[in-house]
Amino acid sequence: MIPSDPSKVTAICFDRIHLPGQATLEVARKNGAYSYLPTVLNEMNREQIIEQVKISGLRGRGGAGFPTGLKWSFVPRNTGKPTYLLCNADEGEPGTFKDRDIMRFDPHLLIEGMIMAGFALGVHDAYIYIRGEFLHEANVMNAAIKEAYAANLLGEHILGTDFSMHLTVHRGAGAYVCGEETALIESLEGRPGRPRFKPPFPAVEGFYRCPTVVNNVETLATIPAILEHGGQWHKQIGVPNSAGMKIFSVSGHVNKPGNYEVPMGMPLRVLVEEYCGGLQHGDVPKAVIPGGSSTPWLGPEHYDVPLAYDEIHKAGSMLGSGAVIIMDETADVVALTRRLSHFYAHESCGQCTPCREGTGWLERVMLRLEAGGCNARDIEVLQDASEHMAGRTICALADGAAAPILSLLRMFPDEVNSYLAENKA
Amino acid sequence: MSMQVDTTQMEKVSFNAEQLEEIRELVARYPHPRSALLPVLHLAQQHFGYLPMNVQQLVADTLDVNLMQVREVVTFYTMFREQPTGKYLLEVCTNAGCMLNGACELLEHMCRTLGIRVGETTPDGLFTVTEVECAGACGGAPVVQVNNVYHEKVTAEHMDQLIADARAQEDGGVA
Ligand SMILES: Cc1cc2nc3c(=O)[nH]c(=O)nc-3n(C[C@H](O)[C@H](O)[C@H](O)COP(=O)(O)O)c2cc1C
Repeated sequence: MIPSDPSKVTAICFDRIHLPGQATLEVARKNGAYSYLPTVLNEMNREQIIEQVKISGLRGRGGAGFPTGLKWSFVPRNTGKPTYLLCNADEGEPGTFKDRDIMRFDPHLLIEGMIMAGFALGVHDAYIYIRGEFLHEANVMNAAIKEAYAANLLGEHILGTDFSMHLTVHRGAGAYVCGEETALIESLEGRPGRPRFKPPFPAVEGFYRCPTVVNNVETLATIPAILEHGGQWHKQIGVPNSAGMKIFSVSGHVNKPGNYEVPMGMPLRVLVEEYCGGLQHGDVPKAVIPGGSSTPWLGPEHYDVPLAYDEIHKAGSMLGSGAVIIMDETADVVALTRRLSHFYAHESCGQCTPCREGTGWLERVMLRLEAGGCNARDIEVLQDASEHMAGRTICALADGAAAPILSLLRMFPDEVNSYLAENKA
Repeated sequence: MSMQVDTTQMEKVSFNAEQLEEIRELVARYPHPRSALLPVLHLAQQHFGYLPMNVQQLVADTLDVNLMQVREVVTFYTMFREQPTGKYLLEVCTNAGCMLNGACELLEHMCRTLGIRVGETTPDGLFTVTEVECAGACGGAPVVQVNNVYHEKVTAEHMDQLIADARAQEDGGVA
């Protein structure tokens, strides 16, 4: 049970995740799933729901941190076209692995959140776009959806109301860029996932050019608690401008890697030392990627940074998806950057020249650097090229590709220099 | 036109009644049948093992889309394969979280044990080893997918055992 005193909340999305059998409807219901849904469907109207989500201060958990209630309020009414709800379960940002746990352990929480969001938006058809590799998770979701249909929680006239919504799991097939919302829409239309130019934003013209809301799994899984306890309740958890709990996926050089749902604003050091069993080696990290591989790295001087949107931004990075990758003193930062540069080159969809050419080129220089074939001039070019890719493409994949390179050059010039041909001889 | 692929000379393949029913149900879930392309390709790959040109033609015919549109999709997404793999497809993640926890050494070990390079299949057709991007399970690094089943915190010993077990089962099956 989630306490109604905001200062006592220890979990929202993960509240029931470790209860045995929670993936089945019977157990989930015993533990409170769908208990507040009839109240929402019978006693709240669309405006009231959107208002509560606005008040809650909930910001999108998929990476961009856009205020969820505001996004919902952009959806035009009475266009004569259907409105679609798409759950982004692509979870491809390196370091991120939180949505997987919600889906495999508490699928009904996501379904409940989607029913409530769908009701608020006037949706008749909703989809969960799940990365293709998550076959097990897709199977768990499908089983839960089947149960929900049988219990009239999905389908026509949900729980005897006028509201009808259908929900379909749609598997991707291995393409990181499909996590970008407009690429996701292209992919759902049966095409390669090439991002669309914005505007128009999906809220106005999305899936088959109809109004479409794309939200992350964690975002949607937070909705039931917000509606049950109220927007104001949610706003009091966390810190100003970063309301609520957040799941941090911690990986790399910690003793207990994993997903930890904690109040926003918790200092990074507390998360690592009290939750993750500390670093594998040494007392402070050599570098931390705070929000997934596409976010700039932080150094040991930021070990006490509060994990919140504004505070991480002030430190020079982004909260992103909450994927914290820790590097201790043993990390080979040049090799890691080279590996990430391969990732972006492999995943670039190829439609924007700076990204297509830039990512391939960065990877080739990084490979050459690691092999001892670069000189100081190459490093300048590496810097220049990265700076010129960011912000010059349709989607932010190129910005993500530049982030590790720029971080490496900024934080570890000596280590980079030690790889140069003239210093290797 | 040079872009066209001549599939008329290829062996014709088909979906069975049950699969066609499943496809009908899939198509009904979307505003446009074209949206069922990825799900149907997954279904086809599951059934045929991979997606050679005649299977792609079958998918195109079934959904009434152009073969080139199917090809464009098959070649864009890494999970769709135009070549067969070994009976056991071992996909090793070597991205950040896994790399920091020994994935590259693990991959090297597996290749050495099997006597193949990344991307190759053992001559007996049993194992294919590939290197993949972040599997989204970094808390369990290093991660290896074996025929799409996640194995987490994998060690060289785990992999040796898995390979030995698979071989033993295969030998048992033959004898
Ligand atoms: C290259 C790229 C990859 C992305 N991958 C994901 C992803 O895997 N999951 C996700 O929820 N959002 C991802 N996003 C962010 C989405 O575009 C979008 O902002 C998000 O799904 C909106 O949902 P939210 O407001 O609930 O966060 C990605 C963005 C970019 C540029």
